[in-house]
Amino acid sequence: MAFLEISDLRKSFGPLNVVQNFDLAVERGEFVSFLGPSGCGKTTTLRMVAGFEQPSAGAIRINGLEVTGLRPNQRNVGMVFQSYALFPNMTVAENVGFGLKVAKRPAAEIRARVEEMLELIKLPTLAGRYPYQLSGGQQQRVALARAIAIKPQVLLLDEPLSALDAKIRVSLREEIKTVQRELGITTIYVTHDQEEALSMSDRIVVMNEGRVEQIGTPFEVYNYPRTRFVASFVGTLNILRARVIDAARGQITIDDQAIVARRGIADAKPDEIRLVALRPEAVSLADPGGERNRMRGTIEDVSFLGSVMRIRVRFSDNAISLDTFNNPGLAPPQRGQEVTVGFAHEDVLVLEGAEAS
Amino acid sequence: MKRSKLGPWLAIAIGAIYFLVPLIGTFEFSLRMRRGEYSFDAYRIVLADPQFQATFTYSTCLALATIVVGVLLVVPTAYWIQLRLPRLRPVVEFITLLPLVIPAIVLVFGYLRIYNSSSPLPMTSSDRATDVLLTFGYVTLALPYMYRAVDNGLRAIDVRTLTEAAESLGASWPTILFRVIFPNVRTAVLSGAFLTFAIVIGEFTMASLLDRPAFGPYLQLIGANRAYEPSALAIIAFIVTWGCMGLIQVFGSGARLASDTR
Repeated sequence: MAFLEISDLRKSFGPLNVVQNFDLAVERGEFVSFLGPSGCGKTTTLRMVAGFEQPSAGAIRINGLEVTGLRPNQRNVGMVFQSYALFPNMTVAENVGFGLKVAKRPAAEIRARVEEMLELIKLPTLAGRYPYQLSGGQQQRVALARAIAIKPQVLLLDEPLSALDAKIRVSLREEIKTVQRELGITTIYVTHDQEEALSMSDRIVVMNEGRVEQIGTPFEVYNYPRTRFVASFVGTLNILRARVIDAARGQITIDDQAIVARRGIADAKPDEIRLVALRPEAVSLADPGGERNRMRGTIEDVSFLGSVMRIRVRFSDNAISLDTFNNPGLAPPQRGQEVTVGFAHEDVLVLEGAEAS
Repeated sequence: MKRSKLGPWLAIAIGAIYFLVPLIGTFEFSLRMRRGEYSFDAYRIVLADPQFQATFTYSTCLALATIVVGVLLVVPTAYWIQLRLPRLRPVVEFITLLPLVIPAIVLVFGYLRIYNSSSPLPMTSSDRATDVLLTFGYVTLALPYMYRAVDNGLRAIDVRTLTEAAESLGASWPTILFRVIFPNVRTAVLSGAFLTFAIVIGEFTMASLLDRPAFGPYLQLIGANRAYEPSALAIIAFIVTWGCMGLIQVFGSGARLASDTR
C-alpha cells in the first residue's frame, strides 16, 4: 500500500469544480510534483492534503490512516509557503523550534534539533536573526527547516521558489532536493515551472482545469506526452495537424507531405485529423538520408538564443520550430530560404483524440 | 516659486494661532495664581489635592481595565473577520463606527434604563457593578479607535498564511492567537491602547451620570468652583494626552523602521 493515498478527491466552490476525480498513490520517500498553469487545482489539492481545505468528496490516507476529517494541526504535515510565512516576531531559531515548542518537547531537545536543522540548511550562524534581516532565499531555507523540524510524515511545498530570483531559484532547487533525499521524506511539490518539476521530481502529475492530465516520470511526461495539453505545457513542443492515411502502419500526411509516425495509431480511421507532437530538438536542418522523415519548407524566422539557434520553418498550414546548436564558423540560415528538415520516425508522436477537420 | 510657498505658510500660521494662542493663554493664566509674579502654585495645589489623586487613579485603573477588555474583544474579532468572514467586514466596521454617531449621553441613558436597580440585571445597584458597567461603556466609546488600529495592524501582516503555517506546525487556536497574532500586532494594539487611555481619562458624560468618582467629573467640579486650578488641570490633561500620542508615534515609527529594513 502506498504511503500517501489520495482517492477520488473532489473539490467544488459552488458550481465551480476546482478539483475532479483526483487519484494518486505516493510511495514513502517519493518526490512528486503537481505541475500545471495557475487555476488548475494543484494548490487546492495540496491544501486539501494539508487540511486547509475540506474536500467535497474523496479520501486522503497517510500511512494507512485516514486524515480527511482531521484538522491541519493533527496531521503532522510540514508546509512551506510561497511567501515564506516566517513568524516576524521570532528569531530564526525560535521559528525553527516553534513546532517542537508547541508539542511541548523539552528545551534541550528543541535546542539540539534547531541546531541540527540550521546545520542542514547551512545557516548555523543566523540563529539569532529576525526574518526581516534575511534575504528571500535565506527566509525560504528557514521556512523549510521549520517545516521539517517536526519530522512530518509528508512535506508539502507550495510554489516555494516563485518569489525568488532566477539564480537563487536554481541553487535552492538543488538544496531542497538534497535535503529531501537525505531525509527520505515523502514530498509533494506544487509548481507551474516545468523546469523545476522536471529536474526535481521522481514523478510529475500534470494538471489542467482540475483534472489530472498525465502522471509519470519526468522522462515519460517530457518524451511521451499523452495529451495536447501535456505536450504544449511541458517543453516547447511543435503541434501539427496531420491526416491519417494508414493507422496500422503509422502513415500520415502533414500539409500533403508523407510522414511515418512512431508506431501504429490507436483507434484512428483513415482521413481523420489528428494532432502530432514533435520536439524542437528532434528536428534537424540537414537532409538526414536513410529511414527518416523529411519535409520541405521555407524558413520563416531565425532567433538567436545564445548557445542555441531556434529556427521556424513553415510548410503551408503548419510550421515547426527546431533548435540547432550555435556554430560560430557557420553563417546562420536566412529567412525565406528553402530547406529540408529531417526527423526520426520515433519522434513523431500522435496525440490521443481526433480533431475536427 | 515664492508666491506658491506663501499660501501654505499662511495656512499653517492661521492654524497655529487658532490652536496655540488659547493654549498659551491657558498656560499663562494657570501661572498667575500668585499676584504679580508667575508661579506653579496652581499646579502644586492641584497635584496635592487628594481628590485629584483619587479621581486620577480611579480613571487610570478604569482605562487599564477598558484596554484589557477592549483588546480581548477586538483582536480576536478583527482576526476572525480577516481570516474567515471577510464579507462581514463592512458590517463590523459600521458597528464599530456607531459610538461616534450616537452621543455618549444617549448611550448612558440607555444603560440607566436597562440596568437600573429595579431591572433584571441591576448593574447600577452597587459601586463595583457600576464600575464594570462603566468599563463596558468605555470599551464601546473606544471601539472605533481600537478596531481601526488593530485592523490596520492585521492588514499589515499576512494573517492567513501565518495562521496556516502555525496550524501545520501543530499549534492550536489559543497558541496561534497569543504566540503568533498578538505579538505581531503589538504596536497596533499599543496605539489603540493609548488612544483608549486618552479617551477614558477625559471622559465626563458617562462617569458623571453613573455617578462614579472619575477624573472627568472632577475636572468639571474644579472648573465650576475655582479660578486658576482648572487651567492647570487643563494643561495637565493635555500633557497626558500628548504623552499618549507621543508614545503612539514612538511605537508606530519603531514598527515602520523595522519594516523598512526589509
